[in-house]
Amino acid sequence: MSDHPHAFLALFLGVALAFPLLLLSVTWLWVRFFQSARPGPIKNATYECGLAPTGDSWIQFKAHYYLYAILFLIFDVEILFLLPFAVAFTGLSSGALITMLVFILLLAEGLVWAWARGHLEWK
Amino acid sequence: MTDAEREELRRHGILLTSLEELYNWGRSNSIWPLQFGLACCAIEMIAAATARFDIARFGAEIFRPSPRQADLMIVSGTVTKKMAPLVVRLWNQMPEPKYCIAMGACAISGGPFKQGYNVLKGIDRYIPVDIYIPGCPPRPEALLHGLTQLQAKIRGEHLAGPDQAQHLRPANPGELPIPDYGAHDLEPPHNPARFSPPSLPRKA
Repeated sequence: MSDHPHAFLALFLGVALAFPLLLLSVTWLWVRFFQSARPGPIKNATYECGLAPTGDSWIQFKAHYYLYAILFLIFDVEILFLLPFAVAFTGLSSGALITMLVFILLLAEGLVWAWARGHLEWK
Repeated sequence: MTDAEREELRRHGILLTSLEELYNWGRSNSIWPLQFGLACCAIEMIAAATARFDIARFGAEIFRPSPRQADLMIVSGTVTKKMAPLVVRLWNQMPEPKYCIAMGACAISGGPFKQGYNVLKGIDRYIPVDIYIPGCPPRPEALLHGLTQLQAKIRGEHLAGPDQAQHLRPANPGELPIPDYGAHDLEPPHNPARFSPPSLPRKA
């Protein structure tokens, strides 16, 4: 072994390379000689419920769906925020009312924006 | 060295093994069954996976929801003619080596519903069955016994030679023919390579 202080790194590198390479080559040899993949049109078919596949495995989802879902999520969470405010309403200061009004106004602006852009209509 | 000699040495505390034996030992103790059931037998199969019977003791507890990851098909229940093509297609989608257990009288022969026009008289008409488990339905212990029998069968397989395992023989087809719904019955009614119905000569 060399006296260089970093010589062990070279050893580590060698082991780190050799170990996976050895395993991969043994696997490759095993597949080559003892394992038959035997692909076929049925085995490579798309669906796995036993029914004959119809159509393509590539399906395009509407991007509009995600926008719809996100809009729903925003206004859903809004209710979550409003509930504790409503429960503790009588014990809050006027500053809290102003804060909540700003919060609701921002959301209302978002609603108006989505409505005006036609995002609330399912196309 | 023959198997008998190896066993004799084992009795004296000398463990000799081969690559083939190690490979089969690993395979036999990590069977992944396909997660699907057809009828009442499936309930018994589910019971075999619960804590009381605990199929995990035999290394076969990982029921796979996809045929691509399974190597054992437990045909548990009545195979109707409507379901037969689906079962064969699932079988075809399983990677090799794969094994089949026909669980219960229905899967073996149609069972009590044999006379029904809609019942397949045994899944072995289309799929090579390795282990038959009789009963209606067989109890979970019977399934576990069938599983241990299958493990013994896997352990006895050979990688090379004249009695090479079925899945290693290049002549064996990778995919079996899937029956189609004909006008009156499944077409073909059976896979001729797997099953030929007995001919009953009628007396004149």
